[in-house]
Amino acid sequence: MSSPLSTPGGRKRGRTTNPSTPSSEGPTSPPFQRRRGQDSSTGDLMPMPTSPPTDVLSPAAPLDNSLFSSPRPSVPPNEVDMSSPLMYGTPMRGTPARQRPDLGSVSKAPQVDLQSEPPSADGAVASEANAGQRHRKIFPLSLFIDPSSSEDENTGLDLNEPLYMQKLEEISVVGDPVLNVNCLHVQSFDAELYRQLICYPQEVIPTFDMAVNELFFERFPDSILEYQIQVRPYNALKTRNMRNLNPEDIDQLITISGMVIRTSQLIPEMQEAFFQCQVCAFSTRVEVDRGRIAEPAVCRHCNTTHSLALVHNRSLFSDKQMIKIQESPDDMPAGQTPHTTVVYAHNDLVDKVQPGDRINITGVYRAVPMRANPRQSNVKSVYKTHIDVIHFRKTDEKRLHGLDDAEQKLFTEERVQTLKELAAKPDVYERLASALAPSIYEHEDIKKGILLQLFGGTRKDFSQTGRGNFRADVNILLCGDPGTSKSQLLQYVFNLVPRGQYTSGKGSSAVGLTAYVMKDPETRQLVLQTGALVLSDNGICCIDEFDKMSDSTRSVLHEVMEQQTLSIAKAGIICQLNARTSVLAAANPIESQWNPKKTTIENIQLPHTLLSRFDLIFLMLDPQDEAYDRRLAHHLVSLYYQSEEQLEEEFLDMAMLRDYIAYARTYINPKLSEEASQALIEAYVDMRKIGSGRGMVSAYPRQLESLIRLAEAHSKVRFSEKVETIDVEEAKRLHREALKQSATDPRTGFVDISILTTGMSATARKRREEVAQALKKVIQAKGKTPAMKYHTLLEDLRRQSETAITKEMFDEALRALSDEDYLTVTGKTVRLLA
Amino acid sequence: MPSTDDWLNNPLGVVEGMFAASQNTPNSGWAAKAVAFFKDRLKEKDAHTWVPSLNDVPLHYLKPNSLVKFRCFIQDMFDPEFYMGTYEAVDPSTKAKVLRCGKYKDVTECGVDFNSRSTMTAERHTFYCVPIPGESPWVKEGYAGSSQARVVPSTSYAPTRQKRSYEEDDDDMDTDTQPQKQREPHTGPHSPTEPHGNGDCKRREKEAPSSQAASASHLDLNFPLPGEKGPSCLLKVYEEWDGFKLNEAVEVFGILSVSPALSALADEDASSSLLDPAGGMETAEEQRVHSPPASLVPRLHMLHAKPLPHNNPLLPAAGLEDNNSAFLSSTLREMAAVRAELLAYFTHVLLGDALAAEYLILHLVSNVYTRRDVLPLGKFTLNLSGCPAVASFTERFYQIIQQLVPSSYYLGMTLQNMNQMRLVPKKDYVANRLLSGALQLATNTSLFLDESQLEQGQLDTTGVRNVTALGNLISWQKVDYDFSYHQMEFPCNINVLIASEGRSLLPSDCQIHLQSQVAPPDLEAYLGGIQVHPQASQLNKFRMYLSVARQLDYSIADEVTKSVEDDFVDMRKDDPQSISAEDLHRMLVVARLLSLSLGQTSLSRDSWLRAKHVEMLRRSRMEQNKCVNGNEP
Repeated sequence: MSSPLSTPGGRKRGRTTNPSTPSSEGPTSPPFQRRRGQDSSTGDLMPMPTSPPTDVLSPAAPLDNSLFSSPRPSVPPNEVDMSSPLMYGTPMRGTPARQRPDLGSVSKAPQVDLQSEPPSADGAVASEANAGQRHRKIFPLSLFIDPSSSEDENTGLDLNEPLYMQKLEEISVVGDPVLNVNCLHVQSFDAELYRQLICYPQEVIPTFDMAVNELFFERFPDSILEYQIQVRPYNALKTRNMRNLNPEDIDQLITISGMVIRTSQLIPEMQEAFFQCQVCAFSTRVEVDRGRIAEPAVCRHCNTTHSLALVHNRSLFSDKQMIKIQESPDDMPAGQTPHTTVVYAHNDLVDKVQPGDRINITGVYRAVPMRANPRQSNVKSVYKTHIDVIHFRKTDEKRLHGLDDAEQKLFTEERVQTLKELAAKPDVYERLASALAPSIYEHEDIKKGILLQLFGGTRKDFSQTGRGNFRADVNILLCGDPGTSKSQLLQYVFNLVPRGQYTSGKGSSAVGLTAYVMKDPETRQLVLQTGALVLSDNGICCIDEFDKMSDSTRSVLHEVMEQQTLSIAKAGIICQLNARTSVLAAANPIESQWNPKKTTIENIQLPHTLLSRFDLIFLMLDPQDEAYDRRLAHHLVSLYYQSEEQLEEEFLDMAMLRDYIAYARTYINPKLSEEASQALIEAYVDMRKIGSGRGMVSAYPRQLESLIRLAEAHSKVRFSEKVETIDVEEAKRLHREALKQSATDPRTGFVDISILTTGMSATARKRREEVAQALKKVIQAKGKTPAMKYHTLLEDLRRQSETAITKEMFDEALRALSDEDYLTVTGKTVRLLA
Repeated sequence: MPSTDDWLNNPLGVVEGMFAASQNTPNSGWAAKAVAFFKDRLKEKDAHTWVPSLNDVPLHYLKPNSLVKFRCFIQDMFDPEFYMGTYEAVDPSTKAKVLRCGKYKDVTECGVDFNSRSTMTAERHTFYCVPIPGESPWVKEGYAGSSQARVVPSTSYAPTRQKRSYEEDDDDMDTDTQPQKQREPHTGPHSPTEPHGNGDCKRREKEAPSSQAASASHLDLNFPLPGEKGPSCLLKVYEEWDGFKLNEAVEVFGILSVSPALSALADEDASSSLLDPAGGMETAEEQRVHSPPASLVPRLHMLHAKPLPHNNPLLPAAGLEDNNSAFLSSTLREMAAVRAELLAYFTHVLLGDALAAEYLILHLVSNVYTRRDVLPLGKFTLNLSGCPAVASFTERFYQIIQQLVPSSYYLGMTLQNMNQMRLVPKKDYVANRLLSGALQLATNTSLFLDESQLEQGQLDTTGVRNVTALGNLISWQKVDYDFSYHQMEFPCNINVLIASEGRSLLPSDCQIHLQSQVAPPDLEAYLGGIQVHPQASQLNKFRMYLSVARQLDYSIADEVTKSVEDDFVDMRKDDPQSISAEDLHRMLVVARLLSLSLGQTSLSRDSWLRAKHVEMLRRSRMEQNKCVNGNEP
């Protein structure tokens, strides 16, 4: 299987001399010929020589012979030669192979680390022996079907068909000669092959290339590609975190996540030097070996010494780019600074990423010793490390398109077990609620509300019926007296959720919340900088001092809180960003103390259009009751003297809570059961009924949607795939509690949803109507006076009315009448119209 | 067994000896043994005082490859490095292959065989360390005074010394044993009239490195506070690097490496990277930061490190927990008396205001002792409002504080400072380092914010960000470091004291309005008469008192808990507006600090009542003040 050593431009893999594969030199029919016939006839595979992992170290020659023993005379020999893996590296039907600098196109550098593996005992030899097997193994991989696949890359592919064959087809259509292979698929197919791929990527990936190219050109003989297909494995499980990289990972295939912080200019890197003899014009090519060119001292043709000169423009260069990535903030232990790693991208991977991108990198970890300099006796004993990247995968790109599951946390079996045990407990809801911000006392219902917000509803897609996405996130507003630890609650939530943002209404502007366009100082490109709301996509945006936000800023929230998108039209960039964020806002009353005689709207002076977008509005008030005080005091005092451990016992720790929420959010998607929907309908009808007796509407469809979301969230808390009646009951209760607090009309004491939806309670509206009518009567009683003084009119009205008329009420009445085009107010005079 | 001189002067020899001895026995764990050996040596009585310290001995007096110590602050953490743990080299004389150990060294010996099978790669981490920011002069002197290291000046002490070859100094240690600078172990600091009268020779030594720094001013040593001086070093950590945290204060014992070969290699790297773009992974800036000349930023290969629970040279170094009960009980007995003295002194300084003095003591012994989810407990930011407008008052006040606490920083909140200073550390991606800011401070540093310096004007974006950062620091005891693409939160433990004329614009845990007992016309004269430097012995007592009080443990007994709860309920019953949960929080902190300041480790009923009383006085004063000023919010 070893390629001929002298093939120009050919790739040397591993230790290329292996006497055990002599048969590979013959012009026999390559293995795929046989397979092609079968593929076209039945699609069934002939029982191929199975390659159990046990014979990995057995010599490859006999197996090879069995493969090569069925010549097909009908095939012209030159075609055989062209497509044979023997000729790999030479043009395959005119398709040139491209160097793979990412794998190091030179013979493998000596292993830097000899600690981890016995040196090359099963290194080069084993890989050589396995080459044949491996590339046979990949054929069954080509039939790999992954019906559970939900990856974005596979959109448009039929999940029930062999995945990689479809991808090959795609390549033949699109002409992009890159095949991305998920290492997990390899692992599920053959764990041994996977191990080899991880440990010897430099040897294994070229064999993958070979096999794929054979297969491809056999299936699509007429397609023209710029280069031969290159296989790019990704998702190696070897290392997930930059911090875990250690000397044992050197020369292995690893996948790490991180964030791009810097990219360099393009560097042309010499791959192959072209030398020409000054004397006889004999030319020779020398491959770059570990960044060095061994200049031939003697011309092989004329035996002149030191006569060879480098000809630059006939040498081969490849593109290269240095990229620095930094550990993503979520992976870091507290109190340490993030690590950075140098990554080299080659050829078409150059300029694929921009600073700021969050990416997963699959590549080969390298350590280069300091070069020994003959002039110096001492060398620095430090290696330079970098990663030769094979595959980039942006993790944040998808956030613009869909839900992102790349950040799915991986849970260990035991963790899942503990989580499920916890979920099975009957009081899990209460437990979790009390685990939330334990330092904040009581406010059980508020904590429950926030808990449900953390879980969120089920995402539903109604785009086919024209409704678009249905909001699944719960928005909560906390309002109340200063000093009721609202900010602390917000801080806690912000610290708890992985993608939380915390802003203060006072300091944030509309652009800070949404996105702004700025010129990148380095590249001079216009770039879109996303603000808090976009950054907290799929998370929670905590906005403190909501009431102090300027109107223009607040208006941005309208779109976010219902449509969950952000539209931006700025500096030629027009786009719509997803902002599927839950908003947790805190507002102080306008008079610094909550005035119980006023409605919520009057107290916090927020537009009702915005208020109605909050599912739950809680009042955090000082209850002022002795029993409460005692418990509060006890709670606070214990905060100051209990040791850390004592508290740990009492509550679930934050990590547990975080995992619980993450698990539920990812894996639980509850659906409404029949009874639950009935219960919801009843609840809604009941809510509407309450008000209807007094001519008020106490519920709108928005409230029904809120109820559904809350019920779904509650069933998520129970890890239940089904929304049941108890969920609806709790949702109803919580909703009622919140309403009772915030939508009670202080004049009547009844719950009146219209306070939130129209900004005015029904009684207030009724009274305004009455005053307007009374005023009209007063004016009509005056007879035909086209103009009246404002003050005399007010006096007249006051005299006539039996209830006290305030100036505000009078103004409102005037406004109502002018709306009817009955009169007009100019300055201090009131004129009748018509 | 190696003698004292050996492990002090030639620690590498000790390490290599152990390495060589272990060659025949695999898995001997020689590395652990070597570390344990040095740990044992240092445990011996006074042994650590024999080790010269980078803090007070100029670098050029220290012998390369000897054991030194450094009292430092971890300012930045660089990326891990892979180095040759063991390698094979050809001995030039015998031409035989020898296995060498690369640990605790920056450069390898000649003739390394890169392709050898026996090369072993190992990992080590590099931390960038600077002296503890804002360390008070008395602390530096105190430590320097207790050092018994025999420091030998290099025979060729001349400006050109960096050029001298490093073979030379192998023998100059043995021949010259006469210490040039025999520090008299002075018991207390100098007299108040002569703050720096410690002999000329010392000053001369101090000047040497500073002129050196000036000549290389292009190299920013990245100290958190402007105007700081001192050595910085690259600390190489070989094990348990996860235990170290950014902004931690540690005392490190390690092998000093100032090999000029390092700088030469760095130079060569820089020049070769121009020719060979593939080798240029590091930009010039990065190169400069990560491999500064060894003569300026020495490398220190860590053998042993211990965290500093406090930075007070007057206290036993080990902390208060173990085997220092004698010390502890004797100090505890004296505490009430010292407190009375300190209170009198502070009252005198604060224009005769005893209540403010009381609060100042509480503030100075406060400490964030734990965090409950996001809430830091134990912090006690004090806003001292009503400071006289006489310009020198706040500065004088700071000088007094600086004399008492181990580390402090005075930040005048002028508009210019707010708009231009870098308070929050920021990651510089070009040089790949964390640019320090004034808020990158060690635990228990006193940050003195002088708001009386603030004048009318406009804060720009930086200014707003700086004020927000200060607010966050005070409310949550955390600083959000700017990593340009995201922010990272670093918890801190800084005592913030705000001196202002009116109420501060920053939040604070407690505000007290200074009530001067001095008539305004006499103010100047009174201020001039404030004794800035009390008696040395008294000062030391104060310093010890403040450090000890801060470190005491504290508990609340059940019956006291009960009475506190009852008190709270009663107070609420009378007037719910009078006390809120926040007030109770504060009262609990005040009670805690009050008990600790009296040397009591548990809350007594008396202390609680006293705390209540003090708080009441303060509140009533605030009410009064509100009435007088009217415009106070």
